[in-house]
Amino acid sequence: MEYEVVIGLETHAELSTVTKLFCGCSTQFGVEPNTQVCPVCLGMPGILPVMNRKAFEYALKLAVALSCEINRFTNFDRKSYYYPDLPKNYQISQNYYNLGVNGYMNIEVNGNVKKIRIHNVHLEEEAGKLIHPEEIGADYSLVDFNRAGVPLLEIVSHPDMRNVDEVESYMQTLRKILLYTEVSDCKMQEGSLRFEASISLREKGSDKLGNRVEIKNLNSMKSVIKAIEYETVRQGRLLDKGATIARETRLWDEVAERSEHMRSKEDAQDYRYFPEPDLLPVLIDEKWLHAIKDTIPELPLDRKQRFMEIFKLSDYDAGILIEEKALADFFEACVKILDRPKALSNWIINDLLREVKDRKLDIYNLPIKPQQLAALVEIIEKGTISSTIAKEVFSEMIQAGKAPQAIIEEKKLAQISDENLIELVINKVIANNPNVIEDYKKGKKNALAFLVGQAMKETKGKANPKVLNELLQKKVNT
Amino acid sequence: MKLLESNSLQIKKKIVSRELHSTDIVRHLFERIKNLEPDIQAYITTTEEEALKKAIEIDKKIENNQQVGLLAGIPIAIKDNICTKNISTTCASKILKDFMPPYDAFVTKRLKEEDAIIIGKTNLDEFAMGSSTENSRYKITRNPWNVEYVPGGSSGGSAAAVAADMAFMALGSDTGGSVRQPAALCGIVGVKPTYGRVSRYGLVAFGSSLDQIGTLTKNVKDAAVLLQVIAGYDPRDSTSLQVPVPDYLDNINSGVNGLRIGIPNEYFTEGLHSDVNKAIKDALKIYEKLGANIVYLSLPHTEYAVAVYYIVANAEASSNLARYDGVRYGHRTNNARGIIDMYSRTRSEGFGSEVKRRIMLGNYALSSGYYDAYYLKASKVRTLIKNDFDNAFEKIDCIICPTSPVPGFKVGERANNPLQMYLSDIYTIPANLAGIPGISIPCGFSSDGLPIGMQILGKHFEEKRLLQIAYAFEQETDFHLKKPALRVPLRQR
Repeated sequence: MEYEVVIGLETHAELSTVTKLFCGCSTQFGVEPNTQVCPVCLGMPGILPVMNRKAFEYALKLAVALSCEINRFTNFDRKSYYYPDLPKNYQISQNYYNLGVNGYMNIEVNGNVKKIRIHNVHLEEEAGKLIHPEEIGADYSLVDFNRAGVPLLEIVSHPDMRNVDEVESYMQTLRKILLYTEVSDCKMQEGSLRFEASISLREKGSDKLGNRVEIKNLNSMKSVIKAIEYETVRQGRLLDKGATIARETRLWDEVAERSEHMRSKEDAQDYRYFPEPDLLPVLIDEKWLHAIKDTIPELPLDRKQRFMEIFKLSDYDAGILIEEKALADFFEACVKILDRPKALSNWIINDLLREVKDRKLDIYNLPIKPQQLAALVEIIEKGTISSTIAKEVFSEMIQAGKAPQAIIEEKKLAQISDENLIELVINKVIANNPNVIEDYKKGKKNALAFLVGQAMKETKGKANPKVLNELLQKKVNT
Repeated sequence: MKLLESNSLQIKKKIVSRELHSTDIVRHLFERIKNLEPDIQAYITTTEEEALKKAIEIDKKIENNQQVGLLAGIPIAIKDNICTKNISTTCASKILKDFMPPYDAFVTKRLKEEDAIIIGKTNLDEFAMGSSTENSRYKITRNPWNVEYVPGGSSGGSAAAVAADMAFMALGSDTGGSVRQPAALCGIVGVKPTYGRVSRYGLVAFGSSLDQIGTLTKNVKDAAVLLQVIAGYDPRDSTSLQVPVPDYLDNINSGVNGLRIGIPNEYFTEGLHSDVNKAIKDALKIYEKLGANIVYLSLPHTEYAVAVYYIVANAEASSNLARYDGVRYGHRTNNARGIIDMYSRTRSEGFGSEVKRRIMLGNYALSSGYYDAYYLKASKVRTLIKNDFDNAFEKIDCIICPTSPVPGFKVGERANNPLQMYLSDIYTIPANLAGIPGISIPCGFSSDGLPIGMQILGKHFEEKRLLQIAYAFEQETDFHLKKPALRVPLRQR
């Protein structure tokens, strides 16, 4: 039988606030265990949470960016479950009045735009981390509460995706929006962006949803894709045999590349949600919402469209430029200085990105300024240096962080267009290669190219090729 | 008059005027505590050494003509569910045995800033769950008026300590009457402020939307001073409110002429003990004599208050007490196999039966499928109860009613009947549900010689008016000056 895969994603993104959601502890990653903790995030007796306004605004910003309806009255709820990494044994989350509901996000797959509906966006606190000792036979585990209380945004999609390409695009687009809105640094290796997938299969053409299986422990986007592919095959085989799919939660094993049963629907925890009495409801007025809306930048797909329309860039080029907000910002800053979008885009895509890759540069902290790249392109267009020399200059700009003019002067790389100087060189080359001239006169046309090469070598590549060619032609033909 | 029978303001005056040394008072007081504690069992922890240290500091300040705080030299007891830095805070539970908070509650900090002398931590029903102080895992506190009787609860230790002159004033907490009811049963003044008036930071949570720290004092003026110190906004408690704190002593004698006193019909029904009924009716006559008008009225949703309370309070408690799991602090079982077993044994050993009962009831009310029928429904009825008060306060200035339906009950009498125990708070619970302030003051004695309390309820943030109304009555009567016959330690009798 032919099946259709139905996929929904739950995304957790740690917000990039300086302090935690309900206390003043730092959110810095990778420090000594249990050094960024206080009575609030340790769940000590008698201690109360106080909401971090910045975190709330970040959450609101993302909800708006995902075109959600904003609940003007929202509050927090307690989600209860016992786990040693959860200090209060309840997580302060949102359940009854989520911050944002009924949103959507446009994704692009093979040039087509698809709308993926967002069920809700809500704010909650992160848990701590269990550390299991490596020693064999250890009868204890340790827990680090440094992450406990870090603000966490949960974004729940509708099951609107039908294949892994859409899932891939959804994850990438969402990541870009999180980065564009600057609410999360999305460092997957630090766990600040995580996904959980729910997958079901149904007969092609049917509009009834099949039994859903949730997959946890997906540590990278690659794992998400692999897990969905695995699960599609697994469920398909079961259905082919006439079996029913059990509603369950499965754990992805990254090493074995397979999922394993974790718990079934019947064992699902009862979280006993109820409104958090220690925090007041948050009322969002028009003024606040407007202020938040004003901080939302142009989103990646809109920017791509604009780049294609205004700057006449290709779909491919615009796509690469908007991949990282910093890169797109860099490009636009360059264009503002020098109106040569195509040339600038080529330099960024071909040369800058190669340097970024080779030298492992931080795209958010490039050693080159937009003015410098614009200056370089301008210099090339004026004919001060050839494009070959320009590559050399560019490399030097990246390494030394200097302006192109300075490098050209310092290394005396400026193109020689002075006819007298070039004539001197040509004379020398002709004198040194009498037999080549002979060959040329006998009809061997490419002998000329050899002479051009020799002249270039003589000028260390700085001779203006156009002038050099013209003069040489004139010389050998008289 | 004997020194320790003085009220707080008298003592402070004597210390500040150098008539007495703070250290002498502290020494006297601890002598009395040592004598009476075996019979009253009011304290879980006493802090004599630290108290003396603080007293010396205050004496020195006065000697050097330095400015001293509002509570200078007044020995004060704190209920053991209010955090005190480096002084154990047990909540009368085994699960927090030896728990030493590394922080002060907001109110503790305020007491220290105003030069009060903290003398110890008082007994309570475990996690403040009870109305008799019998649910403590450490001791059963006795009523100083008759040691066969309970002192009320859950702030029974604080109430008994003040009533027996083993403390000049005390702090308690009131979730459903836990300050007012023991104040009534021990013949002292108990104030439960408006929800949000006093920061809950550092008060170990029971029912977060109901809990409020309150005062237990020998008279109304002492209550005014203590409330003055602990009231006010605290950014660390999101539910504390930024409402200015008035001077509670200023104009405290402004009287009750023209005051409209509401009498809710629903509070004077068959469960009410005749002695209590008579004492309240007599008190109303005094108010009428002073120029107040009595208005009979109805609070139609009163009959649902106890049911609503036990759903809301227990639901919140079940969640608030989830953190006591043996992972980070407090008791942890010695013999566990795996994490689930560790949780289960730790909590089985750590909590007493009443706490367990409430955790189970609370979890039930919040479970999927029952939430709407219990917690959500209760929250809605809670709003109706609050509306009852709002409607009433459009026509009246305050409500007067009994604090407790009975003058008291004996130790063990209700211990095995939770439902009957829960009904002890029938008159105090509505104020917590509505978040309004209430005060209980002595208004008479039962035929058995037990004190009777009268409750005055007011609008949100009208503590000042309540204190004026209470003070007017206190000026006309001497119930608050009566002392239990504990002159000699009972053991020696």
